[in-house]
Amino acid sequence: MKRWLVLFALLLPLQAFAAIDTYEFKDEASRVRFQQLTDELRCPKCQNQNLADSNSPIAKDLRTEIHRMLGEDQSDDEIIDFMVARYGEFVLYKPRKTASTWVLWYGPFVLLAFGALVIVLISRRKRKPQAEVADACSEKAQDASLSEADAQRLNAMLKQDGDQ
Amino acid sequence: MRRYIVFIPLVLFFALGVLLWRGLQLDPTELPSALIDKPMPSFQLSSLQDPQRMLTEADLKFDEPVLLNVWATWCPSCKAEHAQLNRMATQEGVKIIGVNYKDERNKANVWLEKYLNPYVINIYDDKGSLGLDLGVYGAPETYILDAKGVIRYKHVGVVDERVWQQLKGVMASLQSEAAS
Repeated sequence: MKRWLVLFALLLPLQAFAAIDTYEFKDEASRVRFQQLTDELRCPKCQNQNLADSNSPIAKDLRTEIHRMLGEDQSDDEIIDFMVARYGEFVLYKPRKTASTWVLWYGPFVLLAFGALVIVLISRRKRKPQAEVADACSEKAQDASLSEADAQRLNAMLKQDGDQ
Repeated sequence: MRRYIVFIPLVLFFALGVLLWRGLQLDPTELPSALIDKPMPSFQLSSLQDPQRMLTEADLKFDEPVLLNVWATWCPSCKAEHAQLNRMATQEGVKIIGVNYKDERNKANVWLEKYLNPYVINIYDDKGSLGLDLGVYGAPETYILDAKGVIRYKHVGVVDERVWQQLKGVMASLQSEAAS
């Protein structure tokens, strides 16, 4: 049993994506905020990493800067504004809700609503013609009353078929 | 009219295709600078050649558009563009302000003696504080400041002849804008 557990543990992909440096924080809350901020802010140099992951010198500088600002009791918004003022909206992994990012935030929901609307319209249109066809059939049935002679011929034919 | 509705998905597909195709042509490493049309950030740093001389943003006003070049001796691309900067300074009389970014004073001065000095002044930014305020993320970076010391353009990467023609165009338009 133990052996299986060890084997299973070996199969778990353990990877730490983090640049390692040591910062001292005055309390647990600012440590958590530091982690959140470095997770949400993007490294300007190595573009698909956040500040927490990146080992590039600029990311290290920015981490130090965030640490300094946390030490000065600046709010998250102040720190984020500081970064945006220098590196642009690009550094935000979580874009702000402004006029230019409106499409980004709400576009998918609009598309979803549009898709739902299309589905509703299509299914409605499909249902309608079927009803019409059914109506038409019943009308025809009423109209098509056979004349006496035709009815006799039909009966004769059916009988013939039945005999065979 | 109803007949054309079936073409809507096709039209949407092509519109999306064109949009994404254009996206492929963009260079994702080129970030729009957040400092365009903002004045030069304030700083107080020593001159590279003369540690006693303090420089501030007021020293960067030349009444004409100038270039501001962020460089360092540890940056190989800076070496690559250095000859081009020298040529621009000596042959075309372009004023180039140097920001020596996170470097060592001695090394930087030796480099300027060895490879010649295209800069009118050089700001010694050893901590990278001015670099941070400028939003520098990779040397070399070259900015265009207008006559009032406002940042008007930013180029990240090596300045070669092709880039210089581009920068020259921007500077010329700033010059005529200031004249009018």
